Amino acid sequence: MRWVSLHRRLERNAGLLIFGILVVSSIGGMVQLLPIATQHVHAAPGLKPYSALELEGRDIYIRESCSTCHTQQIRPLLAEVRRYGPYSRAEEFAYDRPFLWGSKRTGPDLQRIGGRYSDTWHRLHLIDPRSVVPRSIMPSYARLADEPADGNHSIQARMRTLATLGHPYSAKDIDEASAALAGRTELDALIAYLQSLGRVGAGVTPP
Amino acid sequence: MHYEDRVVTAFTFASVTWALLGMAAGVYVAAELVFPTIDLGMAGLSFGRLRTLHTTLVLFGFGVSALIGTAFYTVQRTSHVRLFAPKLAWAIFWAWQATILLGGISILAGWNAGKEYAELEWPFDIAIALAWVAFAVVFFGTIARRRVEAIYISNWFYGALIIVVAMLHIVNSLELPVTLGKSYSLFAGAPDAIVQWWYGHNAVGFLLTGGFLGMLYYFLPKQAEQPIWSYRLSIVAFWAFVYTYIWAGPHHLHYHAVPAWVQSLAMVMSLILLAPSWATMVNGIMTVSGAAQKLRTDPALKFIVLALAFYGLATFEGPMLAIRSVNVFSHFTEWTIGHVHSGALGWNALITFGTFYFLVPRLAGAPLYSAQLANRHFWLALAGVMLYVLSMWGAGISQGVLWLSLDDLGEVRFSFNDVMAAMRPYYALRLVAGLLFLWGAVLMFWNLTQTFAKRSTVTVAVPAGATA
Repeated sequence: MRWVSLHRRLERNAGLLIFGILVVSSIGGMVQLLPIATQHVHAAPGLKPYSALELEGRDIYIRESCSTCHTQQIRPLLAEVRRYGPYSRAEEFAYDRPFLWGSKRTGPDLQRIGGRYSDTWHRLHLIDPRSVVPRSIMPSYARLADEPADGNHSIQARMRTLATLGHPYSAKDIDEASAALAGRTELDALIAYLQSLGRVGAGVTPP
Repeated sequence: MHYEDRVVTAFTFASVTWALLGMAAGVYVAAELVFPTIDLGMAGLSFGRLRTLHTTLVLFGFGVSALIGTAFYTVQRTSHVRLFAPKLAWAIFWAWQATILLGGISILAGWNAGKEYAELEWPFDIAIALAWVAFAVVFFGTIARRRVEAIYISNWFYGALIIVVAMLHIVNSLELPVTLGKSYSLFAGAPDAIVQWWYGHNAVGFLLTGGFLGMLYYFLPKQAEQPIWSYRLSIVAFWAFVYTYIWAGPHHLHYHAVPAWVQSLAMVMSLILLAPSWATMVNGIMTVSGAAQKLRTDPALKFIVLALAFYGLATFEGPMLAIRSVNVFSHFTEWTIGHVHSGALGWNALITFGTFYFLVPRLAGAPLYSAQLANRHFWLALAGVMLYVLSMWGAGISQGVLWLSLDDLGEVRFSFNDVMAAMRPYYALRLVAGLLFLWGAVLMFWNLTQTFAKRSTVTVAVPAGATA
């Protein structure tokens, strides 16, 4: 067959083989990835970048890999909307670097957790999950209460990096960031982040 | 002139060591879901960090070490030349092991880029990229100097592994560093999700599928002492695989906040992917069918053939889970975990074990220490992976159905906590499954080290007078 003899040339020429693999494997990415990866997603009306305390909390959420067990993505299905609230929209995640949608719900989705429980409930729950949810299998995060927020004094550098990437932080936001975290613990920061989640998309104006 | 096999031996034993450590971490996190307080409140033992360590060690420590080692073994023998730049090959070995070791420690210390299966922070991303380029130089350098006219099929797959994983890794790791241990992704939100799953799915595709198919195409015919059944089928399957796999990533984002056309396209391509996947399986089974009687006595071949069966199962289940109306139930559940492990344990680990049982006696110049022990390992591994997959199917299908169940008034029928509490027996079974599988791997470690302890000086000469 002719295509087999054509292939004989490919498998006798390493350069041609490399080129072939590169071209054939790139097509899917070109069509699917490029138009979306280069797209600018506008932020939802009213959505602000994370405050210094919330950003610190978000980076703790990333450090502890909370997204291993908790999703932040409500699918447009009746049961999910009933259970968790309005379904997720792309414009709500404009300031999420990286995105934290997760792939597994060992624990519940957290996208609309903001404002659902009091700060005190979160504190009790994070320190000893089974004190408020008896059958919970979540680990205790009591250790976060002993750690000062922004232990390595990088919050301003982090906000400047995000500003470079287009997050609308003002010079004032960045200047006041260290002061905003002074005297707060990692637990305070994580709770502030959780309370910030999903409020804009749910139609609740942040306080 | 003889083959450079010492670096292959080094990669082999490094791979086995990471397998034990990575699987032990997996067993520990499985136990944490049954006994949630055994992390003792310690950061390094907490579920999130330890699970990240588990996936990093098994994927990049166990899996990639096995792939680089076997690629170096295979490319020399199918090219009839000594490895190109053996010193560079040794540099790759040490650089890779240092990256996994320090990277593992960094995850326990809380460095995390936040992207699944790419959690290592930017200094490690750079180290991985450099080691990968060096891997390409050694591999393609050897091919360029080959004394056999045609490039063997295994090397197409190893070549695709090198090229495509480099592309995926570099694009998905585009990030702006803040400190040594912290960076922010260049992509945000929904576009970031698309990039991540293009990476995540194709790391599965070109590393866990393609790379290990390279292993299959060499070690299966070798161990079965049969030629590949159909050469034409392998050509068609290879190019169809390279073209189609890359489209399938967004099936991880069904019903998510990404455009519907991307989801639909990914679903269609995932279904088409079944054809090249099974073409390869058929090719493998037909190859081994001529040596069926060897299956009764040869532990290495038993592992490889069972791996082929799990390959068939996982590459059938994958497209089914990519159908949107199936995915609506399976997504976010333990079913995904079961699917991953039928591939990772049943296919990747088993074919690697079989290959190592073939390889280590040849590298050591001594017979396998105990065939009986290898047979025991086979049954432990089979029992472990079956129990794992069945328990996660039970757990995942329950979650999928119960979470979406509505009562007559249109309200959710079961609270999240009720469904979570119902998972406990499945989690306990999965823990047992993991222990069985790990026990088998420990037996293999003992068997292979004992084999190697009785080694004689062995060098394999490069065949003279091969076709130019």
